[in-house]
Amino acid sequence: MKNEFQVIADLIEKDKKVLDVGCADGTLMKFLKDNKNINIRGLEISKKKVQECIAKGLTVIEGNAEKDLKQFPDKSFDYVVLSQTLQAFLNPELVLDELLRVGKKAIVTIPNFAYWKVRFHLLFKGTMPITKTLPDEWYNTPNLHMCTIKDFFHFVKSKDIKIFKSLALNNLNTSIINESNLGIKNLFADLGIFLIEK
Amino acid sequence: MNIEKNIKTLVVKKPLKLDCGKTIENFPIAYETYGSLNSKKDNAILVFHALTGDQFVTGINPVTNKDGWWSYAVGPDKAINTNKYFVICSNVIGGCMGSYGPSHKDPDQKIFGTNFPVITINDMVNAQYNLLDHFGIDKLFSITGGSMGGMQVLQFISNFPDKSKTVIPIATTSSHSAQNIAFNELGRQAITADSNWKDGNYALNETNPGKGLAVARMAAHITYLSKKGLQEKFGRKLQEREDLKFGFDADFQIESYLRYQGSVFVDRFDANSYLYITRAMDYFDLAKQFKGNLSDAFINTKAKFFIISFTSDWLYPTQENKDIVIALNSIGADVGFVEIKSDKGHDSFLLDVPDFLSALKNFLDKSYEEN
Repeated sequence: MKNEFQVIADLIEKDKKVLDVGCADGTLMKFLKDNKNINIRGLEISKKKVQECIAKGLTVIEGNAEKDLKQFPDKSFDYVVLSQTLQAFLNPELVLDELLRVGKKAIVTIPNFAYWKVRFHLLFKGTMPITKTLPDEWYNTPNLHMCTIKDFFHFVKSKDIKIFKSLALNNLNTSIINESNLGIKNLFADLGIFLIEK
Repeated sequence: MNIEKNIKTLVVKKPLKLDCGKTIENFPIAYETYGSLNSKKDNAILVFHALTGDQFVTGINPVTNKDGWWSYAVGPDKAINTNKYFVICSNVIGGCMGSYGPSHKDPDQKIFGTNFPVITINDMVNAQYNLLDHFGIDKLFSITGGSMGGMQVLQFISNFPDKSKTVIPIATTSSHSAQNIAFNELGRQAITADSNWKDGNYALNETNPGKGLAVARMAAHITYLSKKGLQEKFGRKLQEREDLKFGFDADFQIESYLRYQGSVFVDRFDANSYLYITRAMDYFDLAKQFKGNLSDAFINTKAKFFIISFTSDWLYPTQENKDIVIALNSIGADVGFVEIKSDKGHDSFLLDVPDFLSALKNFLDKSYEEN
């Protein structure tokens, strides 16, 4: 399991009710179910991935976060997880609002477009950056609204969303992000992980 | 149709009050079982059949000598694995495969015909509930069925919220749409317009409204297939001829196919049963039973739901299945949902659609492991 999922799992206490939005093949769901006794649900758009979840015995709903989150009642989950998908929605702001409506808390991770390798790629190669976290070409990437850790940090603040914890991930290293080190973390972190609440 | 020798029957002594207000008692329910009930009695699956189905789910149907209607899904090592699970299916009341229906005789020994009480999906499941007592099953492992079978699944878990661990409605709806009712009405009109129908008393008159029933089946059959599926299978292909004959014979293969479907149906199905069962489907509106709030139908159940729809099903389209998912999610129920890609239309649930069968198998087997 990738380090990002381990970090997310560490943010969630045992016996909680969790919705994994864009749960893919259910790796994180299975881990949370087996190791933390989490009452876990998934929402996934890919039919193939939904089948993989069912084969793992996971409860998953085939659907699209932009359309299908609205069916869940307010605060019906302790945590709602959204891993590296926010930038792929037509309307990320609406999805973020929905995550925070459905979940008492939300855990959102974003690939950081200000990561130094991304900056260097654009600066020296002059082409759209391709990294381990951003593997697609400009013409076939699902990402519509790339942002940086700094952008996201300011964005949630401006929406009066409370940040409980913000973490920077660089390969296996995890560190805390705060107002004072934001510039540095924004340069050296590949991924940002935010535990938020509204 | 002498079918009695192959039919197992439970006679329900207890009176059953029907939605129409009448009460029936001492009535037969014809059923079949597959696999064996384990000592803990925790491996039973109650399967509900669709409009023209019967209790012969798999293997050779002893009455028609054809494969059971769900042979692709049910059997040893299949999605619903009869080496593992004990499968029970019964003919709905109003039906014509041994359960109490319009071809039975009333207490005065006169064949009911249209004097049989109008029955509902609710009446069907209340009648079938008696099978649990008969087998001494306290809680089923699962209930499942497609189309009208799915309606019975929804009604059953609403009526008996703690009587099944898992619930699998397939290609179904919680309320018959205007289009659904329209197609059923077309079928009923075809039957009653046949001069051999004789106000439902054809048995007494030794006639059979076969032409009307065949037309009803032909119309319904079109609704079970998708436009793409029909086009790919038949297109404009001609039936055993080089060119058009400029007449009203079956020039096209699709015509010949529909005529064949109509004619074989007449041999196995009773026209009055077709009227009664389609009526029951049309009357089905689960939300209406709960003052318009579908979620309330499921408020008392802890069962795990898994809902399946098919992309090309325009009779009970994905959105109608999703409405059930939404109603369940709004009360925090345990519900999974998948839409299976298939161009085989509504009939997909009866056919060899591997993604469907593997999803069904995985859901059942994984849920059973967690038992």
